Amino acid sequence: MVAIKIKCRTIARGVAEGEVLLSSDALSFLGNVDPKSGIVVDPSHAIEGKCIKDKVLVFPHGKGSTVGSYVIYQLKKNNVAPAAMINLDSEPIVAVGAIISGIPLVDRLEEDPYEVLSDGDHVKVDSSNGYIEIPEK
Amino acid sequence: MYLTKEEERTLNGEDGETLQKAMEILVALGDIYGADSLIPVKSAQIAGVSYKTIGDAGLEWISDLNGKVKVPSILNPAGMDMQRWQDMGIEPDFAEKQVEVIKAYESLGIRSMCTCTPYYLEGFSATYGDHLAWSESSAVSYANSVIGARTNREGGPSALSAALVGKTANYGYHLDENRVPTVSVTIECELSGSDYGALGYLAGKDVGNRVPIFYMASTPSPDNLKALGAAMAASGAVALYHIEDITPEAQKVGFENPAENIVIERSQIDEVYEEIIGGNDDLECDIAAVGCPHCSADELENIARLLESKSIEKELWVCTSREVAEKNAELVKQIEQSGAKVLCDTCMVVSPATEGHNCMMVNSGKALAYVPGMCKVAAKIGSLEECINKVGGGN
Repeated sequence: MVAIKIKCRTIARGVAEGEVLLSSDALSFLGNVDPKSGIVVDPSHAIEGKCIKDKVLVFPHGKGSTVGSYVIYQLKKNNVAPAAMINLDSEPIVAVGAIISGIPLVDRLEEDPYEVLSDGDHVKVDSSNGYIEIPEK
Repeated sequence: MYLTKEEERTLNGEDGETLQKAMEILVALGDIYGADSLIPVKSAQIAGVSYKTIGDAGLEWISDLNGKVKVPSILNPAGMDMQRWQDMGIEPDFAEKQVEVIKAYESLGIRSMCTCTPYYLEGFSATYGDHLAWSESSAVSYANSVIGARTNREGGPSALSAALVGKTANYGYHLDENRVPTVSVTIECELSGSDYGALGYLAGKDVGNRVPIFYMASTPSPDNLKALGAAMAASGAVALYHIEDITPEAQKVGFENPAENIVIERSQIDEVYEEIIGGNDDLECDIAAVGCPHCSADELENIARLLESKSIEKELWVCTSREVAEKNAELVKQIEQSGAKVLCDTCMVVSPATEGHNCMMVNSGKALAYVPGMCKVAAKIGSLEECINKVGGGN
């Protein structure tokens, strides 16, 4: 299978791959996600009940308290963190959380991730070199 | 963002993992906000200190870092008075973790002064035009607005990164163009004391994250400005404000009047005093707390005068920094003779010790905004005199 490379902006460096999990809602790691299980617990959230562990988590941007950065770190320590994250536009809380936790994070893809990615796609995020790699459909 | 060869080397990990992470954080923020380069900072004030707010995850992250800060650095308030935590009813398990947090910061060369008023500390003061990396929201507001120094609202990890690298990304309030007022606020009535906190509590909601310029009938003192800025940073996200003829940049730069104007009436301020936030009207306040942000020497003097020959029947907390308390030991003694507690290193917002109270009377718009949500204790604002009368048993 041929892979397509899509350029993006590097926020937190690293290389990881996994299955895509798309969230149409912004995410507040403080409150929306259970740091022990990695399950989205906010009943009003688009991906409520889904587990973000080892996923390439796609969401528009973060929101909420700056303590959210430490929640991301807690997810990592508990082995339930996403493998990588893709944002439309990153903001500081998620950016800082990803960096301190060593989770690759990119944003501003050359193509709309909600159009080129589907739940379950296997994706490689090479943030260090500024691209993501998806299988051709 | 442009990086020097040396900065590039740090980013590539050649100066160790801690500095690499710190540099990555600064560069990511610079990229997100369109900074052109990194600029040196004079000092850093680091949030993420109370174990109540950062938990084990924050403690682990700080503990994993190595190295020493490159600029004078201090901390935000902790979850307890580091010496008198037992008097506050703090659990030993919490105290143990809180001590670990402070020790982890100290091992990075950070002074364990835990305060939201760093500008009172000897050897830490900022002056007009200085670039800083401060993170406590009221300290940020005071530095930008009252001193005319320049800092963004740094998060805990970004302020710590700036401290370790000695630089921050050049964006936001470091740049002239972002310091121009975009909305004006007019107050025609005379204000005094806690009115400034009540005004800030109201104005912050309307101003959001913009830069307001105030047109005021009365002349605020530095302590009044401290209360105004703290409240606006809590109910809104105000990091910089100007007051015509009062604050240094308004005097030196001379801004034009923004197109949008907000008028705040006396009746609106009076309404703030009437409401019990997070509780019902029948609640009786069973604790009063002042010193949000931490008391200045002038405020301690005022409190000592009001408490003279009084005895306190309920809890009264007076929060300040350890350095200000030590320099004003006689005033502290006078205040404590009434039965009030002068607490250092901490405050009513970030400490778990207030849990179990019904309603707290405060003279701070910032505490009014945070106490109901963060402490699950209802809050009511009153003047300093009302706070003292509320818990006092007369002469």
